[in-house]
Amino acid sequence: MAVIMYWEAIRRAHDEEMARDPLVICMGEDIGVVGGTYKATQGLYDKYGPDRVIDTPISENSYTGLGIGASFLGVRPIIEIMSVNFAWLATDQIFNSAAKVRYMSGGQLTAPVVIRSPGGTAHQLGAQHSARMEKVFMGIAGLRVVTPSSPKQAYGLLKSAVRCNDPVFIYEHELMYNMKGEVPDAEYFHPLEGSEVARAGKDLTLFGYNISVHWCMQAAEQLAKDGIDCEVIDLYTLSPLDRAGIKKSVSKTHRAVIVEEAEAAVGVGSEVMAIINEECFFELDAAPLRVSAANVPIPYNHHLEKATIPNAKRVVETVRKMFGK
Amino acid sequence: MNAADKKRLLREMLFARRFEERCYEAYVERKIGGFLHLYPGEEACAFGVLDAARPGHDYVITGYRDHIHAIKCGADPKEVMAELFGKETGSSKGRGGSMHIFDAKHHFMGGYALVGGPFPLAVGMAKAIKLKGGDEISICFLGDAANNQGTFHESMNMAALWELPVLFVCENNLYGIGTRIDRSTAVIDQYKRVHGYNIPSAQVDGQDIEKVHEAAKIAIEHVRGGKGPYFLELMTYRYRGHSMSDSNAYRAKEEERMWGKRDPIIILRDRLIEAGEISMDDYKLMDDEVLEEIENEVIKFAEESPEPKVEELEKYVLGENDPYVRGGAR
Ligand SMILES: Cc1ncc(C[n+]2csc(CCOP(=O)(O)OP(=O)(O)O)c2C)c(N)n1
Ligand SMILES: [Mg+2]
Repeated sequence: MAVIMYWEAIRRAHDEEMARDPLVICMGEDIGVVGGTYKATQGLYDKYGPDRVIDTPISENSYTGLGIGASFLGVRPIIEIMSVNFAWLATDQIFNSAAKVRYMSGGQLTAPVVIRSPGGTAHQLGAQHSARMEKVFMGIAGLRVVTPSSPKQAYGLLKSAVRCNDPVFIYEHELMYNMKGEVPDAEYFHPLEGSEVARAGKDLTLFGYNISVHWCMQAAEQLAKDGIDCEVIDLYTLSPLDRAGIKKSVSKTHRAVIVEEAEAAVGVGSEVMAIINEECFFELDAAPLRVSAANVPIPYNHHLEKATIPNAKRVVETVRKMFGK
Repeated sequence: MNAADKKRLLREMLFARRFEERCYEAYVERKIGGFLHLYPGEEACAFGVLDAARPGHDYVITGYRDHIHAIKCGADPKEVMAELFGKETGSSKGRGGSMHIFDAKHHFMGGYALVGGPFPLAVGMAKAIKLKGGDEISICFLGDAANNQGTFHESMNMAALWELPVLFVCENNLYGIGTRIDRSTAVIDQYKRVHGYNIPSAQVDGQDIEKVHEAAKIAIEHVRGGKGPYFLELMTYRYRGHSMSDSNAYRAKEEERMWGKRDPIIILRDRLIEAGEISMDDYKLMDDEVLEEIENEVIKFAEESPEPKVEELEKYVLGENDPYVRGGAR
């Protein structure tokens, strides 16, 4: 197994799928000649040419719509939206066209399109470049939403997303493209539905996704020293959430803390809590808690920004509070 | 434009250049964070247009490359630099950052990061001006690549339909980040794109401030005269990468050299020297004064200013003590 970076894993998935199927194309701003803001399409322009590796104008809603339209006729576009903040502009086509066309055509049309976009709060990028939009996408029927926390997932989820006949939104993270990890040398398809036990434990379940999985893992290590044995569940699928996986883990540990980079309101945390409530309320030894961002547009100032976004330390504090420590 | 105006504008542009170069250094020193988009090369656009307008009176809005437009509108450079340093004394209290300079007092209505976002906002301000019967105009500065956003077309249509007092200034620097205009845009001459909306337009050399000023005067007369919108395209070039994280590798060296020779500051300086209005020594003295002011006043103020308080993280999210939150005044 090779150790490669998150962006290299994404690039490899593109390359393999484009080599296999001439109808797989990719498109987005500065993805061709420049090779992508995060290098996810580096070298593909030279290899596959401008008809399949398309530098688009800054027209998010319309080039996304164009990709969706092409997918009606069997093309499989992988659309990169440079930042999830700009994906707001494309939500009309994603939500109103891609997510609904299968249903409203009674199954006649499908939109096998992949939309990849990095979100999250990086460093001091300010209010209009720091959105965490997972909560918006995961609430839309007809759209699959996955979010890789490792290079292996980044590779395998994109591979499956390209082959899947549903529209898939892949929520990446600006701070994770240079993260290293093992990726199988052989072709690999990660399931688009499910969750993963990132760390087994018996005293409490930490639920994370994308970057917050890493905060959970750090916190779990710290808490192990206090004698609290945490299980960490990686919710790489945000829609549909893995009800069975959530139930299984909480039924084992009887405690849950959900860790999200976004604000608490109407988010992953509230959704997981609702599922726990519906699936295994009587298994609980304590009321579940959330670790979330402050409910503010992201400030530019470094200290204010740090105070807004959760981290491993806040996860540790929340767990200790739950155990009365 | 008389000689005194030209000398003043030379100093203003030089100040802008040195201000931005100092931002570059401060970014490398990690005093400034986030995305930083600098303006060197394009100075004649903001100064030429706004000098023909009424800065501080007319409403101005732009994208993320916004420091200099704010300063020309009247924002204190010390407060702009403090904003870049993330300080409480900054123009946006350290909450906005480089891409979000605001100075409402001087009618600088902000820098926005979403490409194409300001078009409708500018049209909306023009609507408000017309409704309120004021003599201000709304001025929107944006790049060439922004014209590929749907908001461009939708805004042009509404501005023309309702004959609103808005001047669109297209700073055409030939690139949207790393993509050259001919690879992203079917129509290279941007001024032609508004003809379909019956908006009058012009294209001029954006490196020559006198030409910009002249064209802007005509445009502003039209808009302020109640004849509806106008679109002014200025051909220009940015001397640095798109932002600090851009290597600039996609541009031909020859092209960079060619535009480097068309430096708006050098063009005006040499013209003034040739006319005997200033000497090279005067220019050097001017440069020294500018550098000193930036170091001893602007940077010093930004350095010494306090950080925002973490306890005030939630300030400005919503208004305070709004009586209608509780159903009206009692
Ligand atoms: C909606 C949106 N899409 C993409 C971006 C990323 N982006 C920032 S600036 C830029 C290029 C804009 O070029 P142009 O309008 O010509 O202005 P310039 O930077 O050249 O002054 C792009 C693609 C963004 N900020 N907002
Ligand atoms: Mg441009």
